[in-house]
Amino acid sequence: MSSALAHETPVRDSVLSLTGVTKRFGAVQALTDVHLDVAPGEVVALVGDNGAGKSTLVKIICGVYQPDQGQISLDGAQVSVGGPRQAQHLGIATVFQDLALCDNLDVVANLFLGQEHHRSYLLNEIQMETEAWRLLRSLSAKIPSVRIPIAGLSGGQRQTVAIARSLVGKPKVVLLDEPTAALGVAQTAEVLNLVERLREQGLGVILVSHNMADVQAVADRICVLRLGRNAAEFRVEDATTEQLVAAITGASDNVVSARMSRKDGDGNV
Amino acid sequence: MSETPTTEAPAEQSGPALADLQDERLINQQSFSAVASQFVHRLRGGELGSLPVIIGLIIICTVFYAIEPRFLSSFNLVSIARFAAPTGIISLGIVLVLLLGEIDLSVGSLSGFASAVMAVVVVDNGQPVLVGMAAGIAVGATIGLFFGLLRTRIGVPSFVFSLAGLLAFQGALFYVLGDKGTITIPASSSLVQFAKFGYVPAGLSYLLVLLIAAAYLGAELLNRSRRAKAGLANSWLPLPLVKAGLLAGGLVFLTYYLNVDRGWPNVWALFTVLVVVTDLVLRKTRWGRHVFAVGGNEEAARRSGIKVDRTYVTVFVLCSSLAALGGLMAAGVLGSVSQNSGTTGLELTAIAAAVIGGASLFGGRGTAYAAMLGIIVLQSIDSGLNQINVDSSVRFMTTGAVLLLAVMIDSVSRKARTSSGRG
Repeated sequence: MSSALAHETPVRDSVLSLTGVTKRFGAVQALTDVHLDVAPGEVVALVGDNGAGKSTLVKIICGVYQPDQGQISLDGAQVSVGGPRQAQHLGIATVFQDLALCDNLDVVANLFLGQEHHRSYLLNEIQMETEAWRLLRSLSAKIPSVRIPIAGLSGGQRQTVAIARSLVGKPKVVLLDEPTAALGVAQTAEVLNLVERLREQGLGVILVSHNMADVQAVADRICVLRLGRNAAEFRVEDATTEQLVAAITGASDNVVSARMSRKDGDGNV
Repeated sequence: MSETPTTEAPAEQSGPALADLQDERLINQQSFSAVASQFVHRLRGGELGSLPVIIGLIIICTVFYAIEPRFLSSFNLVSIARFAAPTGIISLGIVLVLLLGEIDLSVGSLSGFASAVMAVVVVDNGQPVLVGMAAGIAVGATIGLFFGLLRTRIGVPSFVFSLAGLLAFQGALFYVLGDKGTITIPASSSLVQFAKFGYVPAGLSYLLVLLIAAAYLGAELLNRSRRAKAGLANSWLPLPLVKAGLLAGGLVFLTYYLNVDRGWPNVWALFTVLVVVTDLVLRKTRWGRHVFAVGGNEEAARRSGIKVDRTYVTVFVLCSSLAALGGLMAAGVLGSVSQNSGTTGLELTAIAAAVIGGASLFGGRGTAYAAMLGIIVLQSIDSGLNQINVDSSVRFMTTGAVLLLAVMIDSVSRKARTSSGRG
């Protein structure tokens, strides 16, 4: 099944494509020749151990860092992402791990922060509120009121607001940095539903996560980074947790490879 | 309409539900009971708003009235308004700075410096008053710009550079005044005529007061019809009507009471205009939204593309300009500028007023009306203690105690907000 799929779409038209991305900080080679592709309506999980270069790659995609070498293409056209604002304009939306919400402002204000609807100099609150409900409904999100301060919402609801905010600029790619890290079981499930809904809307989704269960639950492809290089890439149907762990840690003496080598040994005899 | 205890079920049954009430868990405000329970819920959650300061003001008035009935006389209230307004204007600038979570300790001596510049330009150099005032405000704006750049480009904490400013501008005040010590502004000058002897004519004041209430009601009703057109729920209809009625009634009564004496002082009218305009700008414009965002979470504001540095610079420019304007008005009310202008703890009074009025010292919370409410409280205490011939030592201690009480209420309500998840 998985191989058939791969044959059908050998090179899917990717909405975001990174090739040969290299980044160096002083003596540290953070990323070496990294490539990453995301197709519309595809969830690509980016996994890796601490220090694997996930954060650096995320920051390059959302324009915080500039790559030393390599290309970023959006819809086939080569682009340079000069900063977070430009990334937004290009259609790359990022949901940061700390969500970057203002606790003292209400949901509507947070959703449209920095891109408020306005008529001449005045804020157009009604248009923003209507749009806020439309966005939240498109995510089937449950928020008690869009006019209460963010501080009054639960962790999952905040995450929902942050994800809904990423949709305000009509993006092509949504980058989610550890969206489930601080959430409980039910809330995690809700956020995973949101990720699936982003996929249904035809967006390319890059999901950075430590949690193998989450990754395997929603991702279509899993891209493993190790020590700043592409270590492995799996279709989610093909990947077992053991294989993923092996690719992430780079340890060859784990359970999976031990079993493999035992089998090989048996076959030779 | 008010008989409907809960409006959850009807939304489902009666045709297409309003966009924001499609979930039974959604908070609605469509009936009296819903509005009332929402209000109680907010208080429990630590969203006290202006309630403590209004209660405080009622207590202050009752106590002083019991001791000395003259406290609530028309004459005294007019005096309170006239002397409160200049400091109130300074305090309005402080509210803006506090919203960003910053502080400006230099507003007092800056106001003195700006008024000295104005006095020298007008009295010593014989320029028109407007030129002198423009010079004074330009001094304030320039200093604000300098402060803003210090904060954003070099990263000096505002506490430090404004403390430096406090000392430096006091020196500048002495320098500008030279060895004269005091400059008297002639009573014929338009500034003194406006600030010291100027009152809003009775007829005009009634007209203005009614216009304010009508504008409030009109804006509310327009907003309701727009919301209804966009398919959004509105709050209980009588609420804006009742509010507008109370506003009109209260203002007309106050206007009548003040007109028994001299009427609304011009400086107070100016202060009110500034407060209302600042409030509208804070709530209705992108700039205002960005001020709250930067005060709430600077990093989030920066990442969402808000020009954080520009917000800081504009706020410091506004604060210093308002401080300069406050200084000019104080000079007008007193009719002179001296070495004492703006140096007798004025910045602390202005900051205390903002905090007592409900602006949080931690940024992101407060309204323009905080300056107005706070300065009324402080000026009332000052005036009341003065009337019952209490020594100035006691006045300082009382003011200190009130400020402490205000900050304690702020801290307690912060705790309540945190524990009820309102941050």
